[in-house]
Parts: sequence; structure tokens; C-alpha cells
Amino acid sequence: MAECNVDELLAKAQQDEAEKLRSITVHKELDLEFDVGNLLAIDNNRIETRDFKGQNKEEFLRSLARDNTQLLINEIWKLPTERVEEVIVAKLPEPTTLLPREKRPPKAKPATKWEQFAKLKGIQKKKKTNLVWDENAKEWRRRWGYKRVKDDTKEWLIEVPENADPNEDQFAKRVTAKKERVAKNELNRLRNIARSQKGKVPGVGLTPTAQQSKDDLGRAVTVAKTSTASMGRFQDRLPKEKPAKNMGKKRKFEPLIGDFSNERQKQLELLKVLGNKTPKLDITKAVNKQMREEDREEAAAKYRKGAGKKGRKGNNMSGKGKGKGGKGKGVKGKGGKPGGGGGGGGGGKKRSKAGKH
Amino acid sequence: MRPLTEEETKTMFEKLSKYIGENIKLLVDRPDGTYCFRLHKDRVYYMSEKILKLATNISRDKLVSVGTCFGKFTKTSKFRLHITALDFLAPYAKGFGVAAKSTQECRRVDPMSIVVFHQADVGEFIRNEDTLT
Repeated sequence: MAECNVDELLAKAQQDEAEKLRSITVHKELDLEFDVGNLLAIDNNRIETRDFKGQNKEEFLRSLARDNTQLLINEIWKLPTERVEEVIVAKLPEPTTLLPREKRPPKAKPATKWEQFAKLKGIQKKKKTNLVWDENAKEWRRRWGYKRVKDDTKEWLIEVPENADPNEDQFAKRVTAKKERVAKNELNRLRNIARSQKGKVPGVGLTPTAQQSKDDLGRAVTVAKTSTASMGRFQDRLPKEKPAKNMGKKRKFEPLIGDFSNERQKQLELLKVLGNKTPKLDITKAVNKQMREEDREEAAAKYRKGAGKKGRKGNNMSGKGKGKGGKGKGVKGKGGKPGGGGGGGGGGKKRSKAGKH
Repeated sequence: MRPLTEEETKTMFEKLSKYIGENIKLLVDRPDGTYCFRLHKDRVYYMSEKILKLATNISRDKLVSVGTCFGKFTKTSKFRLHITALDFLAPYAKGFGVAAKSTQECRRVDPMSIVVFHQADVGEFIRNEDTLT
């Protein structure tokens, strides 16, 4: 009787043990693949259709799920653990499965104006050091920023350049120049953004840059004039301001392969007109020429007079016809060099001037 | 590429007429084919219509030259004639010569000095065969 009891007890104990072990050990033909980072376990074991077909479908599935989850948790227990606020936490490794993107990959940004230019010219970016050796301070200073090497604003003496107005404030000039540079940079940055997003940028000349050329200013003026309700028709003009030419409208040319015979006709007619035209008399040119001629003659006459007088005096002294020779020389020259006067003024002395005539 | 405007044609013809006088119409109106002037990047090219039609297939930035370049328009819209036009101007030229003095000197010189040497060019003997002997 006791033996039976003992046997029974032993058997029961063994059974209990087996039960316990069973709860944490799972027997699988093929080992599972684990991606603990994603808490993923992949079971590639064959499933017997027999188990599925029977009435205990749910049972079978539940036990399968239980087994696999047990195996996954076994894996998690293998990881290094730490204690966070009385809770044992395992540190998960990096996930190994590649998940597809949630959103589309971003489009490449269009290159800025400088980047396009640099690419075209093959300019590489040169990495600059942050610190530069400053000889004056004998230490390493920043290239830019607080306590930089070359700080314009700290200069207490600025020389006034030769061609500048002495009353101009050079310090203020520096400050305004810097402001303009900053504004220009800002404008270019916005332009780059607008270009990349195909937004609208205010046209040329409307946002002022440091140095505005004559056409930029002109364009700005015309745009300002035409931005009224009546398109600038009743805007007053300055006394000497000319009405603006047609700006903004695209120039229209003849089509590239137009009517050839028509083109030829037009050109031949143009040639005929050119041929018939009498040579144009440019009035201003003609008048200037005439005035120059008259001035020249006057000057020549003066020297002639002067030369003549001096020549006569010389004649009395020497008795030679030197004066006339001198006169001739004077008239021939451009009137600038008193060659004749010099010759006549010699007064008997022989003077040969090999001047430029 | 585009055809020349009225003003551009006028300036160009005025320049050409200084060298070949009236014979420009022989360039414009040729018996052996339709030739035309076209402007590309401020340069004037003279080409037959066949070449023109072929050239339309090349993009503007890749097109270097078409036909023969006669000259170019400067920034202030003056026409500068190039040496490449010589082949077309030679048959109709008003006269040939070699400058004896540089341009600057020519301006300062007195009326009697020599400025141009009429040295015969290679083709002159052939051109004026009938009149020379």
C-alpha cells in the first residue's frame, strides 16, 4: 500500500516537474529566426494539415502561438538586463529586418545659382580652418565672429582715400556698406528659395541692391510709373525726361525661315533707297569743322603778323629776307608751335628748327 | 538665330557698300541659289537656305557657326566686318591695296604722303586679264 502511494507520489512529482519544464521549453524541429529588435520571431516549421482539419483548430493555433511566444521571451531573457524603477528592463538590440519607407524619398533640391556656377567651372569647396594665427595678438583667433582676426569695426583710424570727399564719414560709409551687403545676401537667399519652389520674386530693380546700374534704376522707375490704376498714363514727367521706350514687351522678330523671296525683295528695296540717298550733311559735324578751320586760320594769321613784325626788325638789322622764310614756316604749322615766330624772332641769327610740322 | 532687323540690315549694307559699292545686290540675289543673312549671338552669317534649314536642328547654345561669318555687331550696334568675308567681297571689290601707314599715322599725315600701296594681289592679273594687255 505504501509502495503504491510512494510510486504514485513519485510519478505525480515527475509529472509536475515535466509540466513545469514544458512550460518553458519548447521542442521545435527547425529553430526559429529571431529579430529581437523588432520583437519578431519567424517559425518555418511545417504545419500538419491533420492538426488543422480536426475539431481542435483553435486549440492547435493557441498552443502554437503559446509555444512561439515562449521561445521569443526566452530570447529576450538572454539579453542584458537593467533595473529601472523596480522594473527589470531588457535592452533590445538594433532591429535587423528592413522595413519599407513610410513616406516617399525627398526630391533633390535644385542647385543654387552659386552651386550651378561652381559645378560649371569645377570649383571645389575648400575646407577652411576655424582658427587663424593672429600675429598682432600672438594667439589663435577665430576666422569670423566674436574677437575675430580682422575686425573692421574695431578700427579707430580710417584713411580717407585720395578720390573721396574729405567731408564724407568713412565710418558711417563702412556701416552702410556692410548693411547693403547683408541685404543683398538676404535677397539672394530668398531668390534661391523662390527659384527652388518656383515662387514669385519681385522683378529686377525693385528690391535695391548695393550698386544699382543705370538700366536697373531706369527699369525700377518705369515699373513704378506703370503701377497705377491707369497704367502710368497720367503720371507727370520731369522736364527733360523722355517718354520710356517700350519696355517689358518682348521684341518680335521675323520668323527664321520666312518667305525667302519676300526677304530678298525687302533687302533689294533697302539697297535701292541707300543708293539713291544723297550723302547726309551732319550739321553739327560740318559746323564744328568750319569753326575749327576758322580758328586755325585766325591763329595762323596772328603768328604771321607777329612773325612779320619781328622779321622786319631782323631784316633791318641783317638785310636778309629771313622774315619771309620765317612767315612761311609759321603758317604751315598747326598754329601751335610758333616756328615762324621763332625763326623771325631770331633776328638775323641762323636758326634751323627741325620741329614737327 | 534670327533674321536681321531693318536697322541692322541697313548698318550692315552701309558698311559693305564702302567696300563693294553697288554689288551688294549680287550677294543678296544670287542666280545659283537663295542665300540669306542670319544673326546668331551678335554675329552675322551668310549661308544658303539649305544650310539654314539644317542649322535649325541644332540648339542655340550648341550652335557655334553657320555658313560664313561676315562680321559682328558690337555692343553699341556698330557693324564690324571680319576677314572671313573677304572671299565674298573680293570678286566685287572696288579696289585693292595695302595700307602704307598705320591708322593713327594716316590721320596726322599731310595731303601729299602715300597711304596706300596698290600692290597687285594674286587674283588681279587674272581678274583684269582683258584690260591689262
